[in-house]
Amino acid sequence: MDYATLLQILDSTLRLGTPLLLACLAGLFSERSGIFDIGLEGKMLMAAMCSGAVAALSGSVWIGLLAGIAGSMMFAVVHGLASITFRGNQLISGVALNFVASGITVLVAQDLFHQGGRTPALTGNARFNAIDLPFAESLRGVPVLGPFYAEVVSGHSALVYVALLAVPVTWWLLYRTRFGLRLRAVGENPASVDTAGVSVVRLRYAAVGIAGLLCGLAGAYMATGLQAGFGREMTAGRGYIALAALIFAKWRPWQALYATMLFGFLQALALRPDVIENIFGFAVPIPLLDALPYILTVVVLAGFVGKAIPPRAGGEPYVKER
Amino acid sequence: MMDRLPRWADVVLVPLISLLLAAGISALTLLAIGASPMEALTTMVTGALGTPYAWGYTLYYTTSFIFTGLSVIVAFHAGLFNIGGEGQAQLGGLGVALVCLAVPWPHWTLALPAAMLGAALFGAAWAAIPAYLQVRRGSHIVITTIMFNYIGAALIVYMLVNVLRPKGQMDPASAHFPPGSNLPTLHELPGFSLIFTKQVPANVTLFIALLACWLVWVLLWRTRMGYQIRAFGKSDKAARYAGISPFKVTMVAMLISGALAGLMSINNVMGESERLLQNSSEGAGFIGIAVALMGRNHPFGVFLAALLFGFLYQGGAEIGLWTSIPIELRIVVQGLVILFTGALDQMVRMMLGLVFRPRKAEAA
Repeated sequence: MDYATLLQILDSTLRLGTPLLLACLAGLFSERSGIFDIGLEGKMLMAAMCSGAVAALSGSVWIGLLAGIAGSMMFAVVHGLASITFRGNQLISGVALNFVASGITVLVAQDLFHQGGRTPALTGNARFNAIDLPFAESLRGVPVLGPFYAEVVSGHSALVYVALLAVPVTWWLLYRTRFGLRLRAVGENPASVDTAGVSVVRLRYAAVGIAGLLCGLAGAYMATGLQAGFGREMTAGRGYIALAALIFAKWRPWQALYATMLFGFLQALALRPDVIENIFGFAVPIPLLDALPYILTVVVLAGFVGKAIPPRAGGEPYVKER
Repeated sequence: MMDRLPRWADVVLVPLISLLLAAGISALTLLAIGASPMEALTTMVTGALGTPYAWGYTLYYTTSFIFTGLSVIVAFHAGLFNIGGEGQAQLGGLGVALVCLAVPWPHWTLALPAAMLGAALFGAAWAAIPAYLQVRRGSHIVITTIMFNYIGAALIVYMLVNVLRPKGQMDPASAHFPPGSNLPTLHELPGFSLIFTKQVPANVTLFIALLACWLVWVLLWRTRMGYQIRAFGKSDKAARYAGISPFKVTMVAMLISGALAGLMSINNVMGESERLLQNSSEGAGFIGIAVALMGRNHPFGVFLAALLFGFLYQGGAEIGLWTSIPIELRIVVQGLVILFTGALDQMVRMMLGLVFRPRKAEAA
């Protein structure tokens, strides 16, 4: 494999890893506060449809983005109601919302555009267009690093950089602010947070809301950045891969970046069977590559590569002592 | 508030009101997209229940959903949430295909037991690994079973494309099963052919599904193992103290659960498509969750809920065929039913509590 091909693959790694990263961070906030979120997939799908549809109707990707976030938030609120207020089963709520999203996105998109549940192809300002970072062209001549900067780092849409920026921001929020300390505490031992006079319910709603926001960005990126428009089931299990990455990362932000980029790399490789055959000398079955993120996650879960211990109070509704 | 509800209200009213809420929201969704809920309902009723031919489709779906619903409740009773029914059902399909293609079966009465064994073994095997990882390595069974759904789907694609696909065939599917392994449909069964005068997909496996309902009831409420499963599900600590082995209960419950999910393949793979296709279970594994929740964790409830979802699926297909409403409506209804019966059940109970409390106060 030559350097140019590697750069191409790394470029798609970053593009394919971005929605995973955003969704993974969404899951991180939610699960760190003690709310399991199987519904990342559904929220992303909903956001993808809302942003694709509104961007197509309004012609502005930014209004589309807002609509995407709103759609994802709506689902986040229902998940919050079910798992915080009504102390229902968080896993079942997530599964249910995924189904609702899967159906309702097609229903609405079909009603609006009559194109088989798709939105029209987005062009111009209705899409996030590539941003060329400063000096990308002038530095291209620098050996090794120049092409890397121009090909891989530069030339992505705004949301890719937002996602990358969200990693240090998440780290800072979780480990350097009072909110973060409380958030982590509420996922481990909500009773102690309650005793300290901090509202468990409010903290958890905040976390679920942040998860909704990030899933909104992830879905909007799918429909208006990665692809030009919404298509039915377009998230194709990415919410579950993000969940896998979250476990792989053991619920930590920087590791979430590495895990999602690894899974993005696998997805990018799966798109280039010719390259794989060149490297290994034989054809690796594509289904194996598709399944690799899940297999790796099971291996991690099984505790063969360090132990993945979820937040202790995860999945448990908190009942205030009376 | 929960225990104040009379038992009959908890068993009958909670699922009923959840269903009404789900139907109501679906109707609002339909109104929002400018479709008529009444038209949808009448299309569903005539298309799923109006004729014996329609019933032949409804009962076909019901058969699959009984198996996957039972699969979910056996795990539920042990306190385990098996989301892996989808993968286990598809692996079961692989088992059925391997058995049916292995020898030129002379008659279905010989092929069916062998295929059932294959389906159950493969389904159980696919549930065994997550179960083992749960008890021995402490990995969460919900996550591992989700992962195994995807791994299973990838494995099936590989098997279909690289192993089972006959030479010269383009689409990823196995060869057709030998005629000797084809199951009689209700149209071909003596007696039933008087009602089902046209060819329908519902087949003899419907009776096996009904038998499975009864067997699961016997297992859970009439055997020592069933008692251990339920005790462990209610309180694993108490069960452990009483000398019940968590390893044994988890493994047995998940193996039975996986086997039941796998068994649905005798209906769709052996009884209907008569070859293994990609994504053979078509979401029936997930519908099992809705069926189990709606059926209040009881085999008889599963039977009723499977009928309801059979109606919903056949009716949904008719809606997709005859009206402008997309077929995806049925996924919305399915999701809403799961949401209200499984996650917002407390809300429904609180609503009911408001109705029941004043009456109690008067009596007191």
